[in-house]
Amino acid sequence: MPSRFRSPLLWITLAVLVIAATLPWYVSAYILGLLTVAYYFGVFAMSWDLLFGFAGEVNFGPTFLIGVGAYTAGILNSHYSVELYLCVAAGALAAVVAGFVLALPALRLRGPYFGLTTLVAVLILQSFVVVFADLTGGEIGLTIPDVLSINAGVNYWIALGFMAVSGAILFGLAQSPVGLILQASGQDPVQAGALGFNIIKHKLAAFIVSAFFSGLAGALMVFYMGTASVGTVVDLAVGVQVIVAAVLGGRRTVLGGALGAIFLIVAGEFLRPTGELATFIVSSVALLVILFFPNGFLGAVLSRGTRS
Amino acid sequence: MLALQILIDGFAISALYALGATGFTLIFGVSGVLNLSHGAVMVTAAVAAWAAGSVLHLNPYADALVGLLAALIAAMATYFVSVQPIQHSRRIPGEEKEIFILTATLLWGIMLQELVAYFFTNNAKTVLPIVQGVVSILGVRTPRNEVFTAIVCWAVIGLLWLLVNRTKMGKTVLAASMNPRGVTLLGHELTHIYIVVWAIYGILAGIAGVLLGMFLGVSSYSAGPLTASAFAIVVLGGLGSVSGSLIAAYVVGYLETLTAYLISPAYRSIPALLLLVVVMYVRPQGLLGRR
Repeated sequence: MPSRFRSPLLWITLAVLVIAATLPWYVSAYILGLLTVAYYFGVFAMSWDLLFGFAGEVNFGPTFLIGVGAYTAGILNSHYSVELYLCVAAGALAAVVAGFVLALPALRLRGPYFGLTTLVAVLILQSFVVVFADLTGGEIGLTIPDVLSINAGVNYWIALGFMAVSGAILFGLAQSPVGLILQASGQDPVQAGALGFNIIKHKLAAFIVSAFFSGLAGALMVFYMGTASVGTVVDLAVGVQVIVAAVLGGRRTVLGGALGAIFLIVAGEFLRPTGELATFIVSSVALLVILFFPNGFLGAVLSRGTRS
Repeated sequence: MLALQILIDGFAISALYALGATGFTLIFGVSGVLNLSHGAVMVTAAVAAWAAGSVLHLNPYADALVGLLAALIAAMATYFVSVQPIQHSRRIPGEEKEIFILTATLLWGIMLQELVAYFFTNNAKTVLPIVQGVVSILGVRTPRNEVFTAIVCWAVIGLLWLLVNRTKMGKTVLAASMNPRGVTLLGHELTHIYIVVWAIYGILAGIAGVLLGMFLGVSSYSAGPLTASAFAIVVLGGLGSVSGSLIAAYVVGYLETLTAYLISPAYRSIPALLLLVVVMYVRPQGLLGRR
């Protein structure tokens, strides 16, 4: 245990967080807004990495969990005027239930079958959002009356604090004995099972934790943006962005997901002048990273650290 | 009358689905690769055919040929850019290669899709059909193009069957799908077999893409749903089982047509997706799959 507190990673992370927390005093509201979204994406990517990097399950539908959380919170708030904090809690809870319903059958399946089920879940959710347009606002989106705060700085701190806390919990979980069992069952399910670990139970737990944070982040983001739409929280493209962020940052690192998400959002903003080519460029960079640096940013740094 | 119309329409669309899914399942069966850029390859074919017709003003046969060629190039590029480097990579551990290939082909598909959208906008495009006019089948006015689509699809599937089961090359491919190591021991280079399979896949996806462009029209937005429907059909039928995917294509095709005619075109894809989820619960290996 003490060795972990001596590791430079912890201190670097803390220093970066402290610097990030002071940003609202000298950075424009525009950049703060950009980073706020990036931080929510960071939580999406970190929760996804818990499943992929540790449990070894590729979830092609992170937006199913995010979308369920976001829409539950949004619908409760805009149609039933439920208080904001209750909406966020309900969103997280709904995502957990949705994650449980999805994971229970899906985890009996292996590899591509699991991925497919999660992919189909997103498509079904997307169809339902469009079909029940009265409730969900359809393709145009749902307008949310309440906001977290009208101050860009406060919004930014909420997002940063949320990302820091979620990151700490997810990272702690990944480093704990449970995380090790998850990693073992991801790499060799037969052997992990032979050692007496209940693989399905551990993977289900990972899925539920992942769903909880995805749903919570989705619900919070809805109240930051003031709108919930297919394009921002459900679309497959959003899911792909989450996956790319996690892989770019470095799989099996948890914290890398946040790095990757910030990089993606900021890079997307810098590429805005290139117009429609922005997505193309971001995807090609991601493809190159996957092909040549399969361990991602943080993975590359960490492996160099251990070698020296 | 309506029943007959559903029967005819459903038959044509299902034939198209079957052809699209056959290529997809062939790749999986032989090399274990799920190609998530499948929809983008089909869209590339259709848009290339459209561009040949409305920008270069070629005749419909030449359009179709251009589309086919575009799909062939796109398929080979998919293999060399996003599949082979990962299969040969030493830095990616073996058990994670599958996931990396899935992610890489997904990204490659998005790149293709974005390129198509950049050069040809993402408006819906309809390829000029090779045969035009309508024909009456048992009193139902049916576009000749629909009949043409069904015939071509089945002819191509038939040819593929002959190729795989009756030629030496096809038998090698079949053997590679059963036991890759055994085939290499017999002196066949596995990479060559994969290249042949991806070329066949490119042609199949190209024909399916061009026909789809003539029949329903495509836009760059169709890429994702097309991949998903091929994936769904293949899993419904059982991964790697060609006859399974043919049956599944008809189940999905008729289910969609029935929904579109009897309920509303807006609900078109929902029943098939729900059916897929049910199959996942009850029989994860698909209709004809073995595990």
